[in-house]
Amino acid sequence: MTQLPPPSEVKLGLVIDLDTCVGCHACVTACKGWNTENYGAPLADTDPYGAEPSGTFLNRIHSYEVQPEDGVAQLVHFPKSCLHCEDAPCVTVCPTGASYKRAEDGIVLVNETACIGCGLCAWACPYGAREKDPVEGVIKKCTLCVDRVYNENLPEEDRVPACVRTCPAGARHFGDLGDPDSAVSRLVAERGGIDLMPEQGTKPVNQYLPPRPKDEPLDVLAPLLEPVAETPDGFLGWLDKALSRLPGGPS
Amino acid sequence: MHPAFSVILFSTLSGAGFGLLAFLGVGWPAPEGLAAFVFYAIGFALAVSGLIASTFHLGRPERALRAFTQWRSSWLSREACLAVAALVLAGLTALAQIFGSGHVLVLGWLAAAFCIATVLSTSMIYASLKTVPRWNDLTTPALFLGWALAGGALLAAHVMLAAVLFLVASAIQLAHWIRGDSALRRSGTTLATATGLEGGRVRSFEPPHTGGNYLTREMVFQVARKHALRLRVIGLALAGVVPAVLLLIAPASHVTAGLALLCHFQGLLVTRWLFFAEAEHVVGLYYGAHTARTA
Amino acid sequence: MTQPALDLSPPVSDEIRKTTCYMCACRCGINVHIKDGKVAYIEGNRDHPVNRGVLCAKGAAGIMQHNSPARLRAPMRRTGPRGSGEFEEISWEEALETAVSWLAPVREENPEKLAFFTGRDQSQSFTSFWAQAFGTPNYAAHGGFCSVNMAAAGITTMGGAFWEFGQPDWERTKLFLIFGVAEDHDSNPIKMGIGQLKGRGARVIGVNPIRTGYNAVADDWFGITPGTDGLLINALIHELLKAGRIDLDYLARFTNAPCLVDAREGETQGLLLKDGEGRPLVVDRRTGSLKPWNAEGVEPDLSAGQTLKGTAHRTVLDHLVSHFLDPSHAAENVAERTGIPAERIRGLAALLAKTAFEEEIVLDRPWTDFRGHRHERMVGRPVAMHAMRGISAHSNGFQTCRSLHILQILLGTVEVPGGFRFKPPYPKPMSAHPKPHYRAKAGEPLDGPHLGFPHGPDDLALKEDGSPARIDKAFTWENPLSAHGMMHMVIANAHAGDPYEVDTLFLYMANMAWNSSMNTRSVMDMLSDQDEAGAYKIPRIIYSDAYSSEMVAYADLILPDTTYLERHDCISLLDRPICEADAAADAIRWPVVEPDRDVRGFQSVLVDLGARLGLPGFVEEDGSAKYADYADYIVNHIRRPGIGPLAGWRSEGTGRGEASPDQLDRYIENGGFWISHVPEEAAFYKPWNAAYQEWAVETGFYDSPQPYLFSLYLEPLRRFQLAAEGYGSRQPPEHLRERIKSTLTPLPHWHAPLVDALEDPAEYPIHALTQRPMAMYHSWGSQNAWLRQIHGRNPLYVPTALMEAHGLADGDWVNLISPHGQITVPVAHMAALNPNTVWTWNAIGKRKGAWALDPKAPEATKGFLLNHLIHELLPPRGDGLRWSNSDPVTGQAAWFDLRVKMEKTRAPAEVLPQTGAQTSPVPEAPETLAWSVR
Ligand SMILES: Nc1nc2c(c(=O)[nH]1)N[C@H]1C(S)=C(S)[C@@H](COP(=O)(O)OP(=O)(O)OC[C@H]3O[C@@H](n4cnc5c(=O)[nH]c(N)nc54)[C@H](O)[C@@H]3O)O[C@H]1N2
Ligand SMILES: Nc1nc2c(c(=O)[nH]1)N[C@H]1C(S)=C(S)[C@@H](COP(=O)(O)OP(=O)(O)OC[C@H]3O[C@@H](n4cnc5c(=O)[nH]c(N)nc54)[C@H](O)[C@@H]3O)O[C@H]1N2
Ligand code: SF4
Ligand code: SF4
Ligand code: SF4
Ligand code: SF4
Ligand code: SF4
Ligand SMILES: [Mo]
Repeated sequence: MTQLPPPSEVKLGLVIDLDTCVGCHACVTACKGWNTENYGAPLADTDPYGAEPSGTFLNRIHSYEVQPEDGVAQLVHFPKSCLHCEDAPCVTVCPTGASYKRAEDGIVLVNETACIGCGLCAWACPYGAREKDPVEGVIKKCTLCVDRVYNENLPEEDRVPACVRTCPAGARHFGDLGDPDSAVSRLVAERGGIDLMPEQGTKPVNQYLPPRPKDEPLDVLAPLLEPVAETPDGFLGWLDKALSRLPGGPS
Repeated sequence: MHPAFSVILFSTLSGAGFGLLAFLGVGWPAPEGLAAFVFYAIGFALAVSGLIASTFHLGRPERALRAFTQWRSSWLSREACLAVAALVLAGLTALAQIFGSGHVLVLGWLAAAFCIATVLSTSMIYASLKTVPRWNDLTTPALFLGWALAGGALLAAHVMLAAVLFLVASAIQLAHWIRGDSALRRSGTTLATATGLEGGRVRSFEPPHTGGNYLTREMVFQVARKHALRLRVIGLALAGVVPAVLLLIAPASHVTAGLALLCHFQGLLVTRWLFFAEAEHVVGLYYGAHTARTA
Repeated sequence: MTQPALDLSPPVSDEIRKTTCYMCACRCGINVHIKDGKVAYIEGNRDHPVNRGVLCAKGAAGIMQHNSPARLRAPMRRTGPRGSGEFEEISWEEALETAVSWLAPVREENPEKLAFFTGRDQSQSFTSFWAQAFGTPNYAAHGGFCSVNMAAAGITTMGGAFWEFGQPDWERTKLFLIFGVAEDHDSNPIKMGIGQLKGRGARVIGVNPIRTGYNAVADDWFGITPGTDGLLINALIHELLKAGRIDLDYLARFTNAPCLVDAREGETQGLLLKDGEGRPLVVDRRTGSLKPWNAEGVEPDLSAGQTLKGTAHRTVLDHLVSHFLDPSHAAENVAERTGIPAERIRGLAALLAKTAFEEEIVLDRPWTDFRGHRHERMVGRPVAMHAMRGISAHSNGFQTCRSLHILQILLGTVEVPGGFRFKPPYPKPMSAHPKPHYRAKAGEPLDGPHLGFPHGPDDLALKEDGSPARIDKAFTWENPLSAHGMMHMVIANAHAGDPYEVDTLFLYMANMAWNSSMNTRSVMDMLSDQDEAGAYKIPRIIYSDAYSSEMVAYADLILPDTTYLERHDCISLLDRPICEADAAADAIRWPVVEPDRDVRGFQSVLVDLGARLGLPGFVEEDGSAKYADYADYIVNHIRRPGIGPLAGWRSEGTGRGEASPDQLDRYIENGGFWISHVPEEAAFYKPWNAAYQEWAVETGFYDSPQPYLFSLYLEPLRRFQLAAEGYGSRQPPEHLRERIKSTLTPLPHWHAPLVDALEDPAEYPIHALTQRPMAMYHSWGSQNAWLRQIHGRNPLYVPTALMEAHGLADGDWVNLISPHGQITVPVAHMAALNPNTVWTWNAIGKRKGAWALDPKAPEATKGFLLNHLIHELLPPRGDGLRWSNSDPVTGQAAWFDLRVKMEKTRAPAEVLPQTGAQTSPVPEAPETLAWSVR
């Protein structure tokens, strides 16, 4: 069913905090580890120990530099996986119906048994969230860990995506962005979360929290350093006065 | 975009094939018996071999039949359905003409319509992708149709028409390039909108992995400007201009036509290679492509 | 077609086995999911004190390390020349007997001819115990080239260090300064902590020439010039003193600021004034009379000097103020060298003052100090600091770390709410650490532990003739406080026969033929260098590795270890435990799967060797083996009465007493670790808090309370200065007198990195650094199929100005030249970088044939080591002496003092230098992976 379902009440997705991500790649290997063992075919690697190792990953960490007109450059670590778009072009272009968006929670998945590996969905995705598996010949993509988030074999607290569970900095948040009162929705509101490539009209569910302003001038605080002394002797003079104000003196 | 040879071959061959079948469909020419067989054989050979070539880039060709199911939303699915319908209709028209019951008007026109539709749906697969601004443009269907009809006309032995169509298609090709070169800029998608980062010039520092991946191979393909320009000139000359001139000045003969055709296909392959190689996919921005790097 | 039916609750695994990660030394708890007896998936253990469920990129990729094609398969004897990698597999019996046949005679004749050095294993209390029993003075681990400056400065100044021995009060701190850290040993806790601060909107300030990782998310970035942090910190101290923004009450009660400094001319000048029992003296504010620092109820006076027999003795604070108020420390006067504008330095000082003194936090927790003084509240100054190798891996690192601690202490932010907190078994003053032991006797064990802290010249490890007793020359006049040894000098010294020759070099888990060594190219030559007779200069090399590393190729006998999921390990309170500021904790590893190769856990092999050699502690009276294996040792070894390797499940509950026989099973049931929480009233002010001191004794850290004062003024250093001034019987060699006087100062003086004085900074204007990639562990990450896709090669990152100056674009190549070497490498542009600094990721480059990688692997063709440019010695000065490129106090290897120049060049086929290829002793690696045990 390649046509998109009517927008779902529940919109499960990720909120990624660019102010906190330290670029450690933990979410990358945790994702690879979970998803090579679970949903669909393993995530293959070709030439894994050779000259051109190349494998399927559902989540990758880019990094960008922002160079202001004047002032020092900033570096931003930038995780990217499927954004589970509401108007997902990757779904509508699929000739087989293998690519679909779940009606109940909006998760975008690939039914690997129906996929012919034409790659058109990967072409249609502006975000590079789909990769054709070199061994299986089908398209692999972030499943939002659909086999974790409802999994009754996992303890309640573990029913979150593998990448979210492992993120040491807590830069990844999972929840229902369809519910304005959910923790993630509130976080997005507070921090002014944004869509990536809004002009592409994909209406991503995943939101990105922009980095907070950095390197603001400190010298405004300098008055706090009103000198009490310029010389050691001056200092000792001040010290005696200061000490007399402390408890524990002669009584 | 990575220029996959199978896809290039497919779109060029089948284009011409469906072009020819379209002309046959409208009964212009309307050969009989053996002649009809030969004409249709050529048409089918081109169209079908193209379709077969197109399955080479599938990861799971054995499941190809599934591609007929999603015609409601997918241009690729539509192409598949239309192509088959066109071939069936053209097949029936052919049988009629080969076995002497003459050109069946309604059937023929229907076949022709489906052939054109097939070519258009092929082009729409590309034209409908917002992610590739250079393709996401009216000139793309025009381009595919133009070349298909021009090639078809020549195959259908309409020398003068072919010559004209070659010039028209060449014009469309030029338009496609001219509009294409500013398409990414006009699309408004930049590394800044891709990352939402503000407060200065954004540049890619490190790729996510030092190892390459499917995306970098498939979608972050770049050709050097100078190189591309040279290929454009060669491609356009061979595909359109030279054949047209040949047909206009050289005495009409199978040799002339053959030469023109050969020359045209060569050129078409080059321009079609450029069609992919020059196309900038916006995902390239994430990988530092399509943005002037400065030290 | 309708939406396919999905199984939303697939079974996850058959069983979870909880153990401890070992993709690095952070030692997080892991849940290993087992399917059909195989490792299927690894995730963090939510109950574990270190990582609370998270894992880093390496830990989550552990399955690829556990299944690496580079795993060694059986013991091996070298058949080809050293470095060739040609081996034959032999039986364990043969391997062990060979080792015994080499080691037994050494022990009988002269134990010092064995040099036994280990890497970042977590069993140093065990390996040192073995070395001590063997009797060689030549034992240490990697600390000497890692971060001993950090450890030594911390322990001598405040009885505990950064590194993984302390942590910010993540819950409460409002301002966090992080100096010179890319990743740290506490990999996950720091990330979790920074995440927590970000969540609370606390301010993070990064001081680092390079802005990646933690420094990228920092709210403010100080892109300092390498080697100049001491100047920056001293300037902060200067500005704060000038403004009187220091915590007087804290200084008076808990530091040696009020102690009197002996002003009498002569052999005691500059030492602390003491009473008959050697207790430093302070003036008691209540009476104005002299009292020992720790006397009941004393209120030490910070300012009052004391005139005795006509000499006026001033307090430490008085000396400190005179030192730091000197105008040379003013912000203006350091701005240029540090590359930080004066107003930003002052701004930072002001921010420190504001946060410490105007945003103080108060806990209503009464507590009593060691003088019996009851405090109604715990007052916190919410400024926390952390630092690592960016500070310590310089030849001025010790004094820079000292400055940093003094800054923390002046602000009253150590061991208070919101500040920096020690993790048990710290705090532990220098005086509670052993002194170095080094006297080797034929056939005898050593008289005590190898490593520790000399309190003065008398404790140096020198032979009667004054020559160094240790092969690495640790604890000599060149670097008296080399508390972790100097592993980086071992191979060079052994090769040079300076101070003497050794017979057998026994290495464990350190890739000394590669990324572990400075000057790698030459070290490889030293390892394979032969004398005229064709005998190797270093006669025998035994090595234990688990994988096919570069070092393996240079050893004669290989004792293959298991992977971290296949053996017992003990992360002990006697070593580097996993404690938290609020709890003592230790942990184990245990075989969650059995090895499928003929390999053995190295510790068990040492136990076996110990027994075969009849080492005391490893055999019973009747000479029979005392322990079956390491697991047996862990449970049954007794270090001090009632104290063993593991503190959990002992008869007296809290860490003392008999170990219960099923101790290891208890650990396994508990998730692989044991934890005991610090009582609330003992949680802060630990060095002075009576409640904490009691708890520490109960838990077995020490046998009696050990309160102490923070040492703003470091008396032991003064003793070495006195010797250099000519006092005392033990005298330094002439060529070192001046250096000792100027660098072993009891108050921190900044000096430029030693090489700067010898090499022309004008000719080599660029600083060259390395950083740990968060997703790689030194050399051993490259065998990991997932991680090597993230870091398969390493460009040299070059700042904008230098890119332009040299007309470089991404992908161009340069010759990078240091005073004694040249490498040719590809460059990439980085804007968020100090303008005089270039850098690359550490240890990505690999030797062809190592790690079961294709010789054409990018690690070998495009990846490179900076190490070729870093020498273990300072450039010769024509005095014929070999000066090590180390900190003059601790011997810390000065990795980051490196200076280079750069020139553009045309791209060679591969990076240079190439170091030849080693034949791989392990089978070919697979051509594709589709990993899954379904
Ligand atoms: N992922 C991962 N984690 C590891 C390791 C690993 O290999 N990989 N190794 C472990 C080991 S053995 C150790 S010792 C620790 C080390 O942990 P770190 O101390 O973080 O080690 P480095 O990567 O050397 O980081 C040194 C940092 O200091 C900066 N620096 C260099 N010179 C100066 C200077 O003069 N001033 C300042 N302010 N900064 C400076 C560098 O830019 C760099 O960011 O990491 C441990 N953790
Ligand atoms: N340029 C530059 N060089 C540096 C540094 C730097 O910052 N810059 N940092 C220095 C520092 S601080 C350090 S600590 C060193 C680290 O350098 P090394 O101590 O060499 O660290 P690794 O490369 O991890 O190598 C350790 C060896 O242990 C082996 N090993 C791994 N697991 C096991 C196991 O379970 N058992 C056994 N027996 N062996 C195992 C690995 O295969 C590898 O051969 O590098 C130093 N070198
Ligand atoms: S795990 Fe978290 S911090 Fe690390 S890269 Fe992923 S998102 Fe960033
Ligand atoms: S991110 Fe790409 S793959 Fe994911 S839903 Fe949007 S378009 Fe589809
Ligand atoms: S690759 Fe698979 S999922 Fe993607 S469009 Fe083709 S058939 Fe659909
Ligand atoms: S949600 Fe699951 S599949 Fe998606 S990136 Fe995170 S771990 Fe990977
Ligand atoms: S930091 Fe990463 S590699 Fe190190 S122990 Fe923790 S999880 Fe393992
Ligand atoms: Mo280290």
